[in-house]
Amino acid sequence: MTSERPAGPLPAPETDNLGNFRWFLRGAVAAISLPAFILACSFVGFAALALEAGVTMSQAVFMTAVVWALPSKVVLVGAIMAGNGLLAAAFAVALSAVRLTPMVVALVPEMRTPRTRLWVLYLLSHFVAVTSWVLALETIRNVPRARRTAYYGGLGSTLVFINMCVVTAVYLVARDLPPAASAALLLITPIYFLTSLWGSAREKAGNVAMALGLVLGPIVHLFAPGASLLATGAIAGLAAYGWHVWSRRTA
Amino acid sequence: MTFEAIDAWWWPYLFILIGGALATDIWRFLGVFLAGGIAEDSDILVLVRCVATALVAAVIANLIVFPSGALADTPAALRVGAALSGFGAYLVLGRSVLLSIVVAEAVLLAGIFLL
Repeated sequence: MTSERPAGPLPAPETDNLGNFRWFLRGAVAAISLPAFILACSFVGFAALALEAGVTMSQAVFMTAVVWALPSKVVLVGAIMAGNGLLAAAFAVALSAVRLTPMVVALVPEMRTPRTRLWVLYLLSHFVAVTSWVLALETIRNVPRARRTAYYGGLGSTLVFINMCVVTAVYLVARDLPPAASAALLLITPIYFLTSLWGSAREKAGNVAMALGLVLGPIVHLFAPGASLLATGAIAGLAAYGWHVWSRRTA
Repeated sequence: MTFEAIDAWWWPYLFILIGGALATDIWRFLGVFLAGGIAEDSDILVLVRCVATALVAAVIANLIVFPSGALADTPAALRVGAALSGFGAYLVLGRSVLLSIVVAEAVLLAGIFLL
């Protein structure tokens, strides 16, 4: 991937909407990639899970559009399955989505110019989830700064749209699948997160938190099914943070 | 107030909007608000990431150990074995997410058809 922009004509003025549309389309094309394919596979898994939880097709497609981040949706469906109330569900989802804040904080300075309107950034932030964020950070340096919001808009909205289609398609065919195929679909989501969560850890403490959470999650679930997510997050997360502080002191 | 608490077409959508969209977007909006203000390596973000990671890890483990639907009819040892094989393949064979899914599915399907 080239990081140098050719020394060509100066970027057109920002009022040039045709140029913005062209970069929006380039963002849309950039969305079609291997990470997007893997994401689509995990949305197949999510749709199978939502179907199992009794969520209807239009509800699942709606969820894909308005929530978008896969961990949030999986936690939300998990809360629906467990029969949790709205407040408990919102709290668990909010805890799983905290990770989006530092991602947005990292991305915004890449897209902002002195003339960027704030509402555009708030709107675009809705598209931030692991895959679109990784793709954007990889490619956005090759985009003229004034076009980056248009580019990310194309990239993010295309990913959302593709996966709304994926969810619809799964709902249309899943009822007729043999049990072995359904079982295979339901396994996609946990495996996808098992690997992508491990790979996205910024510091070793993230891997420690993940290992502790994996082991503690089912154990806590046996004793307190209703509060297992929050309790595991708090216990394992604090323990991993403690390990982080301790290992830095002794290093 | 569960997902099925109110028998009206709009209730599940409101549940998704508040429980899912609001609870997620609030962190994205906070990110825009804070952008530039927080250092990526600040300690509070490490703690926040640890808690969030552990929470999602608990979700993953519960999906494998206490699954629903057709996956619930397979032996627990097979599910855990498939997940461990997939994760092992990820660590050993060049950190490919796609490959780990293929390996885990192969183990699961082999188990279903052979056991």
